[in-house]
Amino acid sequence: MLENYFPVLMFVLVGVGFGFVPMIAGWLLGPSKPDPEKLSPYECGFEAFEDARMKFDVRYYLIAIIFILFDLEIAFLFPWAAVLGEFAGNESLRFFGFFEMLVFLGILILGYIWVWKKGALDWE
Amino acid sequence: MDALLQPVQQLLGPTLFTLVWTLVKIVVLLAPLMICVAYLTYAERKIIGYMQVRLGPNRVGPKGWLQPIADAVKLMFKEIIIPSGANKGLFILGPVLALGPALAAWAVIPFAPGIVLANVDASVLYVMAIASMGVYGIILAGWSSNSKYAMLGAMRSAAQIISYEVAMGFALVGVLMVSHSLNLVEIVNGQAKGWAASQGLGFLSWNWLPLFPMFMVYLISTVAETNRAPFDVAEGESEIVAGFHVEYGGMAFAVFFLAEYANMILVAALTSLFFLGGWLSPVGFLPDGMLWLVAKAAFILFFFLWFRATFPRYRYDQIMRLGWKVLLPVTLVWLLVLGAWMLSPFSIWK
Repeated sequence: MLENYFPVLMFVLVGVGFGFVPMIAGWLLGPSKPDPEKLSPYECGFEAFEDARMKFDVRYYLIAIIFILFDLEIAFLFPWAAVLGEFAGNESLRFFGFFEMLVFLGILILGYIWVWKKGALDWE
Repeated sequence: MDALLQPVQQLLGPTLFTLVWTLVKIVVLLAPLMICVAYLTYAERKIIGYMQVRLGPNRVGPKGWLQPIADAVKLMFKEIIIPSGANKGLFILGPVLALGPALAAWAVIPFAPGIVLANVDASVLYVMAIASMGVYGIILAGWSSNSKYAMLGAMRSAAQIISYEVAMGFALVGVLMVSHSLNLVEIVNGQAKGWAASQGLGFLSWNWLPLFPMFMVYLISTVAETNRAPFDVAEGESEIVAGFHVEYGGMAFAVFFLAEYANMILVAALTSLFFLGGWLSPVGFLPDGMLWLVAKAAFILFFFLWFRATFPRYRYDQIMRLGWKVLLPVTLVWLLVLGAWMLSPFSIWK
């Protein structure tokens, strides 16, 4: 069972290694003549002013939080979706499996409607 | 094949043999993938060229076929600039983290029955998890560059990618419901069943037809996930010059470029597996095979290029509205319809 995942682990390592190879090749083969102008952050020819790590819109933060809720929901839905077919074939569990998830989804949808009404999804 | 491998196995011992043999398989998979990535860039320039009544690249080699190789060589000899204000370690890690997941996801992609590197049961979960890792590369690149454009581009891009991941995830739940499995091989095999397939019209029993809204949502989300036009505000050259990779040059930029195209090929292959029957033949009288998967993925990729040539760029608020207020409700409604359909006597997935 677990040895099935060994090629996956190797592939992840090779994939990350594969990212480094071209960069090392570029670093070895390319020229390196740094000067202060070249190394300054690009700002359309002007001298960079202020710090680049400036304040950003709070809505990005909101989107991230809402995303976590929905992504968790999806993680919970995955196993349910995979076994729903078995539920459908079983007389006694048939509607139980469906309506249980309906309640779970219903709570999420209530929150979703609230967030929508509050305007957290608006970008005007 | 086994007879050939036996002596090698005895020579290396079982542990080392597994290691080397897996490595060989990975290389056999990655090499054609890299060639595909290279020629996807060529196809893009050529196809968009023809769509805009231009010729596209035609100088390097016959009909410009060597153009991608010339590009790669050129980029290799360019200087990699690390801006003075950048966090050097993270700046270098950014592109690697963007490319790594785009390649690693291929570990579980089945090409034909039996032709898969790792046939794991939770392959859909793995693909979802590893594909979400790509956003770290973008955030790291944007933040570590210490440049305003890079920072803005990274914020936009990250918010956009996670927003569409929600719609994409819900669309996938629909696929899992009808396939009763998290295994990609099972998902494809599930699409070979049904009345239409037994009549020799396999393409009607694939998931795209009963799950049509999910298919559309998934297709649109993949375009947004890969930051492609018309959802390419992360790069928006007219406003934030190149977004998160504005400070990258030479090979460091090329790695981002590779990651974008490798991601495109990945999502095209996944769309074919989830909705278009993977390696299954559309009609009964033709055999199944890997070529079908390649053809379907190429078909989806053509759409990506076509979109870029046709659609004007979305505004950022329109992108967010489409993701959260249109695609998400569509998938939620279709999930409920699908659940009720599966429990009703009219279910076609018994």
